[in-house]
Amino acid sequence: MNHPLVETAFRMEKLPHIWCPGCGHGIIMASIARAIEKCGLDKDKVCIVSGIGCSSRAPGYMDFNTLHTTHGRALAFATGVKLANPELEVIVIAGDGDLSAIGGNHLIHAARRNIGLTTICFNNNIYGMTGGQYSPTTPNGEKGTTAPYGNIDKPFDIAQLAIGAGATYAAKTTVFHVQQMDKLIENAIRHKGFSLVEAISICPTYYGRKNKKGSVIDMMNWLKDNFVDLKVAEKLPEDKKAGKFLMGEFYNVSAPEYTDEYNKIIESLKK
Amino acid sequence: MARKVKFLQGNEALVEGALLAGMTFYSGYPITPSTEIAELSAEKLPKIGGKFIQMEDEIAGIAAAIGASLTGAKAMTATSGPGFSLKQENIGYAALTEVPLVIVNVQRGGPSTGLPTAPGQGDLMQAMWGTHGDHPVICLTPDSVRETFDLTIRAFNLSEKFRTPVILLTDEITGHMREKIEIPDASEIEVLNRLKPQVGEKYIPYKVMEGDLVPKMADFGSGFRYHVTGLMHDETGFPSNSTQNAGILMDRLMAKVEDHKDEIIDFEEIQVEDAEYLILSYGGTARTAKAVVKKLRAEGIKVGLFRPITVWPFPEKRVHELSKQVKEILVAELNYGQMKLEVERVSKGNCPIRFCGKANGEVLTPEELIQKFKEVL
Repeated sequence: MNHPLVETAFRMEKLPHIWCPGCGHGIIMASIARAIEKCGLDKDKVCIVSGIGCSSRAPGYMDFNTLHTTHGRALAFATGVKLANPELEVIVIAGDGDLSAIGGNHLIHAARRNIGLTTICFNNNIYGMTGGQYSPTTPNGEKGTTAPYGNIDKPFDIAQLAIGAGATYAAKTTVFHVQQMDKLIENAIRHKGFSLVEAISICPTYYGRKNKKGSVIDMMNWLKDNFVDLKVAEKLPEDKKAGKFLMGEFYNVSAPEYTDEYNKIIESLKK
Repeated sequence: MARKVKFLQGNEALVEGALLAGMTFYSGYPITPSTEIAELSAEKLPKIGGKFIQMEDEIAGIAAAIGASLTGAKAMTATSGPGFSLKQENIGYAALTEVPLVIVNVQRGGPSTGLPTAPGQGDLMQAMWGTHGDHPVICLTPDSVRETFDLTIRAFNLSEKFRTPVILLTDEITGHMREKIEIPDASEIEVLNRLKPQVGEKYIPYKVMEGDLVPKMADFGSGFRYHVTGLMHDETGFPSNSTQNAGILMDRLMAKVEDHKDEIIDFEEIQVEDAEYLILSYGGTARTAKAVVKKLRAEGIKVGLFRPITVWPFPEKRVHELSKQVKEILVAELNYGQMKLEVERVSKGNCPIRFCGKANGEVLTPEELIQKFKEVL
């Protein structure tokens, strides 16, 4: 028997999904569905927009207004959707390459405008759809098919990048920490303005294999052992924090939202 | 009736036309010589409850317009050469996903950054072949301020009717030239709107009725939850790897324009009935050609002008007919012979095709065209 959420939030006839066994993306997709339900959103008023890549196939499975766009451009399309109809709750799903490489310009400007879009980055540190090339979030020294001798690039921290660009909500979580993920995505959807949740995913097929990360369980355990909530980290002694990655809600402030500001102009011109 | 007489630039008349056609959304990026279109849209749209946004780049400019169109807005983006190159990616997206949209290219001298403030007509072939893969193309080219106004309305109407992006290919000459224009009252203008499904109707987004080619289009947010993708898709809108489905989709997309050529194609003819010679020109350059026809006729030379207003699809049938009537065709354009290639193709050797053009940022003068015309007389 299916979980009731599968029947209410998904297009049953489009499942099963195309992702590889062990891929973390399904966990994030389900978390988004739970968060939408928790927020009590009208399905007809939810629009999910994606670009190109493994993660970008998610909207096709989800029973909302769904828009699968061109590589990197999801935020630009979503900006048009949101500005034209601010009543819509617009959620953007993007991979690390999609969002921070080819779509990097759109990311910083959507964040700068503080337009009411919720962006969920499915970050698996690799280009999966094209077969395992290194991405802007592949850690230094790690391998990809286009970094056969190890990656010499420095990786982006996408959540911090969004904050730097002007996002008013930014958080990071992992596919191991599902309860936290549900809460953070819910918060991001409820947030007024540009919000971003960087969800660290796993790609056992390419990233894991190429970098000898072991089994799917090993990769999940690695997330468990290496990510620490920032509130927990505050209380930890320095030696326990060394080498760990922080997750949790990094930034949450309120500031004027773009479509509200535009509507104010429209109202002022009516006088 | 509230007709207004104004003295406008082509770019300004274009915005007037767009608003009367129902434009409620503009997204773009500043670029010479199209910028007035963005500036006027920024000023006028919020006054009617519409939206303007200056995006971070040209790609985002067209992407946001497509997103807006999916919510039911009539959307436009305007640019010039370098920006037109950047927009190609999403022109293909709009064609495949069948999203109505008007893309304006006020042509300047190219290639590359080229001559930003000078005219050119070097993007003719790019308008047809710029984005990858076969796709339907409708491209209109005005030669006056008034016609810029009219064709903008027509561009919106065609894009709504056929659910396809329409390219309005103007140039720096018509864009920045000022002319007197009488703007008709809204009641005098025919405005077409996309067909939408009725509430409660079982909606299959890309399904067409027997004998029809254009599916109905629901607004995002109106209760029809459907999927839009730039992947090949079946009539439900979901991705499909079936080559059979891809063939059906491509055939239908191409047929939308191919089967309606007679309706889409428009041209102007001046004194062609008894013409022994034909000058073929379009856009700003056609103004030079019109002056030349007048002068040569005054000398007793039987010359006429053929001016494509719809440049894509090309007025193939009529040019072919004329190529059998006249002794030669002289094609005048501001490039190295892009439309000349098309005229050669469709005239099938019926008469010699000669060419007069340049791409140095100058307009073609009547003297230059007359000199070229008389070279072989």
